[in-house]
Amino acid sequence: MTQELRILTPQGMLGYGVPAEHFWRGIESGVDAMIVDSGSTDPGPYLLGLGKTIVTREAYARDVSLMLKAAWERKIPLIISSAGGAGTDAQVDFMIDLIRELSAANGYRFKLAAIYSSVDRAMIHARLREGRITECGPAGDLSPSAIDDAVEIVAQIGAEPFAKVLTERPDIDIIVSGRSYDPAPHAALCMTKGFEPGVYWHMGKIVECGAACAEPKGRVIKATIRKDSFDLEPMNPAESCTPLSVAAHTLYEKSRPDILPGPGGALHLANARYEALDSRRTRVSGGVFVPTNKYSVKLEGASIVGYRTIFIGGIRDPILIGQLDSYLANVRKRAEGIFPQLVSGEASMMFHVYGRDAVMGEMEPLRHVVPHEVGLMGEVTAPTQELANDICNSTRIAVLHSAYPGQMATAGNFAIPLNPPETPTGPVCRFSVYHLMEVDSPTDMFPVRYMEI
Amino acid sequence: MSEVPLRELAQVIRSKNAGPFELTFDIIFNRKAAYEEVKASGALTAEKLAALYNIPRDDILVAMFFDPAMAFKMTVKRHWQQGSSGERDTFGAAQHAPLMDIMIPSRSNLRTSDPAP
Repeated sequence: MTQELRILTPQGMLGYGVPAEHFWRGIESGVDAMIVDSGSTDPGPYLLGLGKTIVTREAYARDVSLMLKAAWERKIPLIISSAGGAGTDAQVDFMIDLIRELSAANGYRFKLAAIYSSVDRAMIHARLREGRITECGPAGDLSPSAIDDAVEIVAQIGAEPFAKVLTERPDIDIIVSGRSYDPAPHAALCMTKGFEPGVYWHMGKIVECGAACAEPKGRVIKATIRKDSFDLEPMNPAESCTPLSVAAHTLYEKSRPDILPGPGGALHLANARYEALDSRRTRVSGGVFVPTNKYSVKLEGASIVGYRTIFIGGIRDPILIGQLDSYLANVRKRAEGIFPQLVSGEASMMFHVYGRDAVMGEMEPLRHVVPHEVGLMGEVTAPTQELANDICNSTRIAVLHSAYPGQMATAGNFAIPLNPPETPTGPVCRFSVYHLMEVDSPTDMFPVRYMEI
Repeated sequence: MSEVPLRELAQVIRSKNAGPFELTFDIIFNRKAAYEEVKASGALTAEKLAALYNIPRDDILVAMFFDPAMAFKMTVKRHWQQGSSGERDTFGAAQHAPLMDIMIPSRSNLRTSDPAP
């Protein structure tokens, strides 16, 4: 049995840039696999709703080129998860196409597995009727119409589908997956070796972000895993993984620091131990994985809610700034008189007052402070781009030219930097599905395709 | 005993989305004495933080200290849809500032700007 497994994670997000020197230092030190995540909901629902990728094809090519070279020359397996950011089937195929192109240009040949994560909507409807779909955090209940309205729905792949490919086809050089639970591929590789789940899920949770757990925050990280502990070392000699930096990273983007739920169970970290091996390496142990009775996958879906047009500008007049809320209320009232869609709720208009509370809204403790200058963004969303343009144009003119009590500056109220002054920004999306669905098998709903390139 | 702002005792004060429907706040310390002093001060309770952020107490899903990382974590419901109409902070990374000025009664000289002992 393998005593230790060495995994190189070249970056916490594929396409954000891999420093070649640190990458090759990791490869030269000896590793058994390269694993890189490329998914996130953090950029917002547009990735799913509009099929966009987090970075450009060129940015992916820069990072992937390094990994393909190592995969070909050193025969080190590579896993790329959550291809493209949203992990739709089209984004998996986009990533495979890129790998194919780069491989052809360099004379590489690979055996590749693709794991897809788009979900059959009939299955989601059936599960919903059976009461086997629950909210994930404070998202609210799922409705049948939300399932139908979503542009795309993907499910997060857990460790088992990766482990299945790794076990059934040990000759595979590269796995590209659709939307995956971030630490799943790291966990899957260890799962096939008989290590402790609490150890490898903890490892995956930390290194799926690359060397973000280092001080200062870095990119390339090497994890060495054995049955009951793992060691972390950033590949940039200027960075260190200290017990504190690693423990602190466990908090990142998580609801709780001590219990981290995922497909098939939850990772409990209350008794985790972090020990310094030297000034740059930390050994971690003590994580416990508690399986759940029922296996659930997280569904992610996005729908298009309308089309948006915006304007931006600044206000410097102290008389106007002193009564800004009532002024903007008048602008809104005037617009509602012209556009009944604003009253019916088909369209919406929002003002963002920068310099006051645009960043925090009602959570801003200092929103009562009157600034000397504010930035104003008007945001209109409507069922069509034309209607959004029409409302936004009318509103921008009202902001520029409306009268107000005590007005001295009668030529105009609003400093506009852009020309034309309104900007259509296209479709607006929302996460309409973000729920947990019970499944009978962790693998069956994720089709695998094998190919040689 | 004097009072010092939290930003002079902590090493990291940050906010971020925890998924599209939650915002999470981390306060991380690099000195045990400073961590223990803040923990003992009672300044970081769900009630006080709800008042600071003008949100209902029930919207605070988690507010807890975590000794292994010398850290405090608070997670709250996101009151607006992530990345949709009316978004203010897509990544949720700019909601932390009010935490920096929470005043902590401090009997020791633990400011991070001071040289390490």
